[in-house]
Amino acid sequence: MTTTEVKPEPKAAKPVEQLGDRIFAGSAKGAGILILVVLAGVAAFLLAESLPAITDSGSELPEGLTAYIAPLVFGTVVSAVIALVIATPLAVAVALFISHYAPRRLAQTLSYIVDLLAAVPSIVYGLWGIGVLAPATVGFLEWLNTYLGWIPLFAGPPSVTGRTMLVVGVVLAVMIMPIITAVAREVFLQAPKLHEEAALALGATRWEMIRLAVLPFGRSGIISGAMLGLGRALGETMAVAIVLSGTGVVTFNLISSENPLTIAGNIALQFPEASGLTVNILIASGLVLFVITLLVNMLARYIVERRRDFSGAN
Amino acid sequence: MKTKRRAPRARLAAIGVATSCALFVAGCGAANEGGGGGADSGISGTISGAGASSQQAAMQAWIAGFTGANSGATVNYDPVGSGGGRTQFIQGGQIAFAGSDAYLKDEQLAQARQRCGGQVIEVPNYISPIAAVYKLDGVQNLNLSPATIAGLFKGDIKTWNDPKVAADNPGVALPATTVTPVHRSDESGTTENFTDFMNKAAPSVWTAEGDGEWPVPGGEAAQGTSGVVGAVGQGNGTIGYADASQAGQLSKANLKLGDQNVAPTAEAAAKILEESKRVEGQGPTSFAFDLNRTSTGGAYPIVLASYLIACPQYPDQAQADTVKAFLSYVVSEQGQQAAAQAAGSAPLSAALRGQITPVIDQIKVGG
Repeated sequence: MTTTEVKPEPKAAKPVEQLGDRIFAGSAKGAGILILVVLAGVAAFLLAESLPAITDSGSELPEGLTAYIAPLVFGTVVSAVIALVIATPLAVAVALFISHYAPRRLAQTLSYIVDLLAAVPSIVYGLWGIGVLAPATVGFLEWLNTYLGWIPLFAGPPSVTGRTMLVVGVVLAVMIMPIITAVAREVFLQAPKLHEEAALALGATRWEMIRLAVLPFGRSGIISGAMLGLGRALGETMAVAIVLSGTGVVTFNLISSENPLTIAGNIALQFPEASGLTVNILIASGLVLFVITLLVNMLARYIVERRRDFSGAN
Repeated sequence: MKTKRRAPRARLAAIGVATSCALFVAGCGAANEGGGGGADSGISGTISGAGASSQQAAMQAWIAGFTGANSGATVNYDPVGSGGGRTQFIQGGQIAFAGSDAYLKDEQLAQARQRCGGQVIEVPNYISPIAAVYKLDGVQNLNLSPATIAGLFKGDIKTWNDPKVAADNPGVALPATTVTPVHRSDESGTTENFTDFMNKAAPSVWTAEGDGEWPVPGGEAAQGTSGVVGAVGQGNGTIGYADASQAGQLSKANLKLGDQNVAPTAEAAAKILEESKRVEGQGPTSFAFDLNRTSTGGAYPIVLASYLIACPQYPDQAQADTVKAFLSYVVSEQGQQAAAQAAGSAPLSAALRGQITPVIDQIKVGG
């Protein structure tokens, strides 16, 4: 965020300003303000509606609101982290292939397909997850449990239907990969040609050139892309609701039938039959998700800002 | 739209032409109205209801049948859930009737009476058997006693060749497959009735009371009836519960009650209301039942009984007429058959219908 000081230049002629300029400036400013108003409106709604749940003495939730939301927060974070861990390296690899390895024609086709993948509605990924991926992983989950069961993540007992946190993480990864790829690809393409050529001229191999010139330049892009993806993974609703077998436990065991639900998934499941205070409780959990997403985005901003000076872009 | 012609059966005089020809959608125009019950002719009101989503498929069939026969009438139903339906009904306003998987209790009953200015009408209009569905390779036609079902769903019985399962199924070769119980991840009346059944019929095993949200930890969770059926079908050694009509390809367990094995059929489910006691203190216009979960007389006790809640009097003539005609149609033989075809529910018995109809006929305008 830089503030530019307007220096008084008395000699400069007053810039010509037509009606179109004023309309455009006004509408652009209006759009900017509108975003803030919408955000403030959403936050106000969430706060106002969740207040009854926060102040409630425990008639609906004997164990308290925090005890209800905590496992959901845990599930939300775990599923999003799995998705990010799987998707980011893959997305960076795909983006590098498109920007620096693939022949031009193939690269164009691939970019097009990646963009197309980003446009697939999440419910479709959810249906794919429950119809294809989950049943297909049953044997793999058993294998994981048999040979890697000593790792707490794969403690089992393995689910016989495959509707586990691990599978949800994979579905989310597939869902967010195109976004990360698209952002990373654009940034990689903008890596300064001079840097790349300089690296090659110094005798670097192609991989070394990418490591020296492209990746440092693209780091902020990778992070922004990953954060965009993380935002989508955190808020993903329907795919989680239909795929995950969520029973409200807190566990790092990723392959059993008992998993923590996510906030958004829980809202989707419980809202249709909710009434009275239950609605307020669900909205309170929504408020928590809102805050988490906000924090994630602020963190991403912070990282990007901090890295900017070293990115090589200047 | 179902236009299949059915042989007219013994119709109750009180049910108007509008209702009796509800299935004869094609052949029953406005010109035919006015030949029967009198009060139903020229129904032209708009009424809105809200409540249980369990009834929704049946409700769509009823609305189609009713408005097909009464082209001037409009009925809306918002499947907001039982709790929401009851709340909206109590608040009055636009909601003329509510659908609910549970009858009104205590405070809500008092509030509803206040809204109606007297008694409240509660009629069971949708009775659906809930089947314990399972997938176990090589095994079909399992018989399970209530205690065994409770043990399977609670996680006490861990493998299918457990002595308790074997005791219910003499002579059946049971594999040592692990049991994976599947329950609903969303709140539902199906869960409430299923857990209530286990609590009443096997109290020593299932100690938690009936609850719309699955009350015990463990097991696998899936969204909606379709989700449970899908999850059970995908696995092996899985057992879940679902409306019997939605079970699809899955095996449905027979309930071992005493020395009888009762299949989850519509007929056996309809019988359960005859064996159940009316709830006392609900007033003469309420047909709320405490379902007899421990039946041994050949009835199937795991049923979801959903109610229509309405007032005996409405301030508006058109509204009163429409509610009366619509409710009459819903509980009529034609209406119940339409629901049975659309949603696989169990039609009300003629005896019960005979008791309910006079109460609905009393719906009138008043203050």
